[in-house]
Amino acid sequence: MKVSRINPLLAIIVFAALYAVIALTVTNSYYQLIMTLVLVWAVFGLSWNILSGYTGLISFGHAAFFGLGAYATALGQIYFDLTPWLLIPIAALIGGIAGLLVGFPTFRLQGHYFALAMLAYPLAILYVFEWLGYQEVTVPIKRDNAFAYMQFSDPRIYTLLALALLVATVLLTQYIERSRFGMALRAIKQNEAAAEAAGINTLAWKLKAITLSGAVAGAIGGFYAIVLLVVTPQSVFGMLVSAQALTVAMFGGVGTVWGPVIGAAILIPLAETLHAEIGSYFPGVEGVIFGMAIVVVILLAPEGLFWKFRDLVKAKRPVASALGTETENPPTLQELHPASPVRAPQLDEPISQEVVMEVRGVSRSFGGLKAVQDVSLKLHKNSILGIIGPNGAGKTTFFNLLNGFLKPNCGEIIINGREMIGLKPHEFCKAGVGRTFQIMRPFLRMSISENVIVGAYVASKTDVDARRLAADAIERVGLSHIADRIAGELTTKELRLMELARALAGQPRILLLDETLAGLGHGEVDEVVAVIQRLAREDITIAIIEHTMQAMVRLVHSFLVLDHGAVLVAGIPDEVTRNPKVIEAYLGKKWMAHAQH
Amino acid sequence: MLTTALIEGVLQALVAGLLTGAVYGLMCVGLGLIFGVMRVINFAQGDFMMLGMYAAFYLFTSLGVQAAFGATFGPFVAILLAGPVLAIFGYVIHLALISRVSGTRTAQLEGEGHYAQLILTLGIALILQNGGLMVFGSVLASIRTPLSSAAWELGPFFDMSVFVNKARGVDAIIAIATIGALALFIARSRVGKSLRAAADNPMAATYMGIDVNRAHRVAFSLGSGVTAIAGGLLATNIPFHPFIGVDYVIVMYAGVVLGGMGSIIGAFWGGMTIGLVQQLSTTILPTQLQNAAIFVVFLLVVFFMPQGFFGRMVERT
Repeated sequence: MKVSRINPLLAIIVFAALYAVIALTVTNSYYQLIMTLVLVWAVFGLSWNILSGYTGLISFGHAAFFGLGAYATALGQIYFDLTPWLLIPIAALIGGIAGLLVGFPTFRLQGHYFALAMLAYPLAILYVFEWLGYQEVTVPIKRDNAFAYMQFSDPRIYTLLALALLVATVLLTQYIERSRFGMALRAIKQNEAAAEAAGINTLAWKLKAITLSGAVAGAIGGFYAIVLLVVTPQSVFGMLVSAQALTVAMFGGVGTVWGPVIGAAILIPLAETLHAEIGSYFPGVEGVIFGMAIVVVILLAPEGLFWKFRDLVKAKRPVASALGTETENPPTLQELHPASPVRAPQLDEPISQEVVMEVRGVSRSFGGLKAVQDVSLKLHKNSILGIIGPNGAGKTTFFNLLNGFLKPNCGEIIINGREMIGLKPHEFCKAGVGRTFQIMRPFLRMSISENVIVGAYVASKTDVDARRLAADAIERVGLSHIADRIAGELTTKELRLMELARALAGQPRILLLDETLAGLGHGEVDEVVAVIQRLAREDITIAIIEHTMQAMVRLVHSFLVLDHGAVLVAGIPDEVTRNPKVIEAYLGKKWMAHAQH
Repeated sequence: MLTTALIEGVLQALVAGLLTGAVYGLMCVGLGLIFGVMRVINFAQGDFMMLGMYAAFYLFTSLGVQAAFGATFGPFVAILLAGPVLAIFGYVIHLALISRVSGTRTAQLEGEGHYAQLILTLGIALILQNGGLMVFGSVLASIRTPLSSAAWELGPFFDMSVFVNKARGVDAIIAIATIGALALFIARSRVGKSLRAAADNPMAATYMGIDVNRAHRVAFSLGSGVTAIAGGLLATNIPFHPFIGVDYVIVMYAGVVLGGMGSIIGAFWGGMTIGLVQQLSTTILPTQLQNAAIFVVFLLVVFFMPQGFFGRMVERT
């Protein structure tokens, strides 16, 4: 990861110092207010970014947290005569709790559904506050005790306080970005199912994210109430407030600390200046110009200014380092592990009698379609089981049952004597079940190392541990020499091996491989087969789905043939490949006669 | 007597709900068409509706429709004419702006270009609202016909009468006729089939020789036109201003999600549900909570039926 060569801590200190100096030299009280508002909206944008920027779940409802914070602070002072020094932390608490309460039901929804459901919260609350008679709440003026009630006569003090809040939020965001937390969120954003299968408890991390995000939004909402002294439902719960968070973050760049800050620093002064300079003469012009500015910038930089700028800087820099690794001929696996010839395993190694996973009579149907019917199997330690069958035989559905993506209608799955039905994928992962996907699910914007680290979290307590396990897993599949490459640039074979490494990093005892050999060339199949065989010797039990039989015959100890969701035949490769039922299922009755000769 | 009054109130609210719901339904169908085919969240849809209202208003008052068709039915002619006007507007907006961050171009963008689409349509919404303020002014406008203040009386049955506002009645009939025509067009015509194909599986549609970007443009244009007609119908009963879109874009999205994303007929029923909830809630809740009730019902339906009334959810691993 060579994302930033500038020390991030230094960057924020320099930024804060510069901003403070500029803020202190501004004398016009209107510009002083703008200086404060830039920071307020930057913090609000950052709070949105913690949830939506990192997890990719777009929230249209952050005004709910902002508004609750604002009203809590204003009403707390009116009814209980509390000081904002205490009320803003309370606002954060309320925002956090609201986040948790909102997140719990809403995270059941995905994509657009999540985004649009979030829209409903602030709007429902808005009307309730109007009905309660809080159309306009004014914070009581306390001239005699300005400091205790945060009512400074010098507006620059508000700017400094807002700056402190911004620095705190930036540091929090940077901490999240670097830690396991941020990595988990980014993995969720790239591919939620893969993250869950890699042992990440996606719901728990998402709830943490929305709680934190809500807390930050609540705090800054409370501060906003103190700065403006007047709170109305529209000004804190309105659609435009939620939109403000999106606008500053998306304009500046999503998923980075600096995006919302850049967005706010450009958009807020622009909007306010236009409003003050032109709006009074010709109402509407300022909005049109502001809208046009947004439209033009987003057409030129669809992913936000920060990323555009970064891409430009990257493009200017010579790409010698990237080419450097390309020209060194990467060693093939055969060279790395000369002692792993491809051969049929059952000749010399007897299968262990120890059963690591037992499946009893598992079935699953979708409406009338019986996708998996009454399948039973025993996975013996260190063995390789091949699951084959024609298209639509229920192979992938069966895997989805084995790692908890789907719940069987009936049957039992026992791992280590423990009944697993009803557990979630990340819990299966903890119990030692790793898996790869038929349709590859890499985290495309992350490097091989980062992809694999995500898989290692489930088996490691510290980030150092995770890095070690990941490096080890990458080594085992032979990708160490390109570990820093971004997944988006890899070949199919490298991606397959990377997914294997990601599954391995969680230290599984059982690996479910879904068409790991699909789309590979002849030589490549041999390489990957060699890796899988070596894993089986290293105490990992493997079940692999394949479509074609050739590669499998050399790889597996036994076969399970599925057809129309049910077990057609099970047994050792020699028997299975000669079984007439198998030939029929694959080729159809018509070709039976030919095949038998 | 008390129960009679209560039942009468509920019946009255029910009728009002059905009539409002039909117009909301049409509004949602316009958005549902765009959203179902393109999967683009268009925040400016409410402002397209606002433009539709003003288009009908000016067609009626200044561009001769009133002179040609009279004060009673002229407004409805103007409203129907506003559809094509906004359809052309939508076509141009898609061509010039939306297509740059959506459709087949977005594959390489983060989040399939959703961020860019959202912020772009927010920008367009700002331009339309404020541009509307500059051009149309902030004075409330309305497209009233003599029918707006006339009513049919149903009944009396058992001492109870229900009144149906004539303008609203005609609005509902036009709304349902428009939806019928649209449904027929999508089901039967070649263009309609290409829309459905592009919505169902853009990749496969491309392989089958369908120009997905063009299908998106047609959907965007049609959706804009349909929403504009709905806006015009709404304007026979409520006064409007350049910022009215914000209030309705939310109703539209709620309706589309309720009905199930990707289902045109679902969008209609979603809009109808919102109309009914809004009107019926007045019989038990204070008026200020009318809109809160909409969102609460919306959330409940989404939680218990995440796929909406007519949607389907498929996840592949």
